[in-house]
Amino acid sequence: MAHNTHDSSHGTVKSYIVGFILSIILTVIPYWLVVSHIMSGDSLVFTVVIFAIAQLLVQLIFFLHLGTSPEQRNSTLSFIFTVIVVFLIAGGSLWVMWNLNYNMMDH
Amino acid sequence: MSTEVLHNNHDHHHDHDAEATSKVVFGFWIYIMSDCILFACIFATYVVLHGNTYGGPSGKELFEMPYVLVETFLLLISSFTYGLAMQAMYKANKSQVMMWLAITFLLGLGFICMEINEFHHLILEGNGPNRSAFLSSFFTLVGTHGLHVTCGLIWMVMLMLQLNKHGITAITSRKLSCLSLFWHFLDIVWIFVFTIVYLMGVM
Repeated sequence: MAHNTHDSSHGTVKSYIVGFILSIILTVIPYWLVVSHIMSGDSLVFTVVIFAIAQLLVQLIFFLHLGTSPEQRNSTLSFIFTVIVVFLIAGGSLWVMWNLNYNMMDH
Repeated sequence: MSTEVLHNNHDHHHDHDAEATSKVVFGFWIYIMSDCILFACIFATYVVLHGNTYGGPSGKELFEMPYVLVETFLLLISSFTYGLAMQAMYKANKSQVMMWLAITFLLGLGFICMEINEFHHLILEGNGPNRSAFLSSFFTLVGTHGLHVTCGLIWMVMLMLQLNKHGITAITSRKLSCLSLFWHFLDIVWIFVFTIVYLMGVM
């Protein structure tokens, strides 16, 4: 039992290999989608963002060892708090600037 | 400190070290979270300004995607090799830690050299940060990330020197854990630079 919690907060060589292979796949696929011009427009933007978020989760879990065990909880909670702050700052700024841009256009 | 060690048995001392380590590492994590907010602001600035090219070239004309993919792989592999250094640290295998740190350092150095080369070319062609709002925000965002990687590389050399002198102790492993968080964090930031700046830039 104690060994398990040790693994979840430190990872193992195997978990690093799995994380590494997943990140390579999640990098190559969106790259290929963009350079091969198979998709375009909003659907391409949406797909690429989904891959970036998947990559973020893979690295958080396999490399940064965020999780729900007691010793990981503080880090995970502070990360969730940061995501909310980032959403407010970045999302809010983009929202305001987009509206500003739209209303300043000649139309 | 020495009397404290004398009065405590070995387990107590070990617990004290483990507690101090987890506090320091958590404190460093809080710093990284504040760094996240810094990067979020620069990303927001970039997204707002990326269309304002002032008659100059846009990302589509400037970015060389195969070159950027190689940069991405260098950073991704270095993140993985740092993870292997951490695993060697838990096994108290000093020579393996040193080997993986050296490989991580070289990969990170390769990344920085490629980035400096990219910046150098852009500036030589007259597309420096003073060309347009797009390029100002591009150099700010990518340059801030590069500056972080450079700091990480300097830190890594310092740690290798300390490891060489003191071996794997409670203090050196604490520092290795902090740099581990920093290095993986920079990899994650780069994923967003890769996606938002480069992939979306050439669409």
